Amino acid sequence: MAILRLLAIRLFTTLVTLSGVAVIVFFVIRVVPGNPIAMMLPPGATDEDIARLSALYGLDQPLVTQFGIWVAGVVQGDFGTSITTRQPVLDLVLGRLPATLELSIMALVMAVILGGAAALTGTRFRGGRTEGAIDVANGMALSVPDFLWGLVLILLFGVLLPLFHISGRVTPSLELPFTTDFYLFESLIRLRFDLWADIVSHMFMPALALAIPLAAIIGQLLKQSLKETMNLDYVTLARTKGYGETRVILREALRNAALPTLTLVGVQFTFLIGGTVIIERLFSYEGLGNMAIDAVINRDLPLIQGIVLLFALIFTVVNLIVDLLYAVLNPRLRHA
Amino acid sequence: MLDGRSMIRRRAGLRLWLSAGWLALLCLAALLAPWVAPKDPLAQDLFLGRLPPFWVAGAEPGYWLGTDSLGRDVLSRIIHGARVALMVALIAGTITCLIGATLGLLAGFLRGWVDMAISRLIDIWMAFPPVLFSILLIAVLGPGLISIIIAIVVIDWTRFARVVRAEAMAQGAMDYVASARVAGRGRIGTMIREILPNVLPTIVVLLTLEMGIAVIVEAILSFVNLSISTDDPTWGGMIAEGRTSIHQAWWVLVFPLITLFLTVLSFSQLGEGLKDRFDPVLR
Repeated sequence: MAILRLLAIRLFTTLVTLSGVAVIVFFVIRVVPGNPIAMMLPPGATDEDIARLSALYGLDQPLVTQFGIWVAGVVQGDFGTSITTRQPVLDLVLGRLPATLELSIMALVMAVILGGAAALTGTRFRGGRTEGAIDVANGMALSVPDFLWGLVLILLFGVLLPLFHISGRVTPSLELPFTTDFYLFESLIRLRFDLWADIVSHMFMPALALAIPLAAIIGQLLKQSLKETMNLDYVTLARTKGYGETRVILREALRNAALPTLTLVGVQFTFLIGGTVIIERLFSYEGLGNMAIDAVINRDLPLIQGIVLLFALIFTVVNLIVDLLYAVLNPRLRHA
Repeated sequence: MLDGRSMIRRRAGLRLWLSAGWLALLCLAALLAPWVAPKDPLAQDLFLGRLPPFWVAGAEPGYWLGTDSLGRDVLSRIIHGARVALMVALIAGTITCLIGATLGLLAGFLRGWVDMAISRLIDIWMAFPPVLFSILLIAVLGPGLISIIIAIVVIDWTRFARVVRAEAMAQGAMDYVASARVAGRGRIGTMIREILPNVLPTIVVLLTLEMGIAVIVEAILSFVNLSISTDDPTWGGMIAEGRTSIHQAWWVLVFPLITLFLTVLSFSQLGEGLKDRFDPVLR
């Protein structure tokens, strides 16, 4: 019951947040000083041409009317037409979404594996040189942002030791039999491991660059809570039963220590998704973020609006999932 | 014998001095750029394109770190690029700090409705993801240095406000503040004379970290060509150019990257080092 009520409340606040973002985005964008219509037309277009095209896009109406038209459209799934490509914004954005989702999830998995391994090793050999080395590596990983890690990776594994592809999502000459845009997922389902390997080779470095700072955060926090848990009575009890140190950490301490890390991972995951904007650009990966930068450069307002709204939707959904997971996993909240 | 604490202090001290040294060197290079840069950073010479750095065969004397595809001197461009990077760090960092710290101080010390209003504002602000915020702001303001500075200030003031508010609240509850009030000092006077000096170390740490953030933001935006529009040298712009010619001329990417890496690392290590210095537990 408590979980259902929490779900209802969170769904409501999510809706409020999203409407707030929609309103802000719409009005902030309309403050733009430059006239996007003038930019669409060839030089030498008359004022009359500009007025005609403005009327076509509804830009000659008062702001509030424009907002009304826009909201009515959004509710029906019409996010307008991109000014540069003249295609529906919804199609463009949804076409790129799977690429970004796959990249973010792969990065999240890598961060959890790397950070988890660092925390477990650090706890197993706590107080020694190994823990010191892990702390130093964590500190480095944290103080340098994903953009720079991406560049370092390009140099290391793209140029010095060319193991992975440094640009694109898939080798362009390959024939793709896919019906969806979830390449990584669909290649597995279709058992096309050749394609899968090619896609992973393209995604590996951007995903790793995104994962490094998050891995450091996970490593630090999980190690801290693990070390605290290791001093609790029930862990001592497990030890007196004669279990080895590694087993005690994995079987007894980890489950209790993981909860605070989980909440943090949720918040940090939204930062990671934000990081895809620049990382996708760096690796010429055809996702939402790369498209966002093009849209900003071209001042394609309807497209920017669509992308920002979609990102906001992803962020709020991630937060919602984390809150619910936390409620499900935390016994104190579950029985409240 | 060294006990654990002095070990930590000694290592922190080294970290602090190394970072401060690098940043001082960079500031000096930026200030004296026209005199210390060996070449004109904008001078193109297509016959001298993609020269390697001095220790590689085929290098030309005078071009220490090689040239890019247009024959422009990499070292001189890095030195001149430091001007843009440090200018953004200084201006954006200071304005963000002034606005954020003032609001935080007011909220944390005055409490009441001022705190309510400012805290609400911080909450709303932080609910909006920074990346979306910056995409929107740059889209609205258009590319350029001033837009970058405005974007940093508008997005990051909450970093200062939040922390300074908490600190000011903690300080406000202390006895010395009460005695200052009893001694007849006014509210604003107490805030500036008593609270501010005690919150200042925290502000300095935050400012140092913020400058590192500003440097990276400027580099990212000039990398995607949304910073200064001319061919004025920026580290991000050099990295973007180096990225495209990475297989032909690695040095065009590597040297600005090392510079940016060291600078960002130095700002954050300096901030962390100062935090340890100011931390009474370690002191």
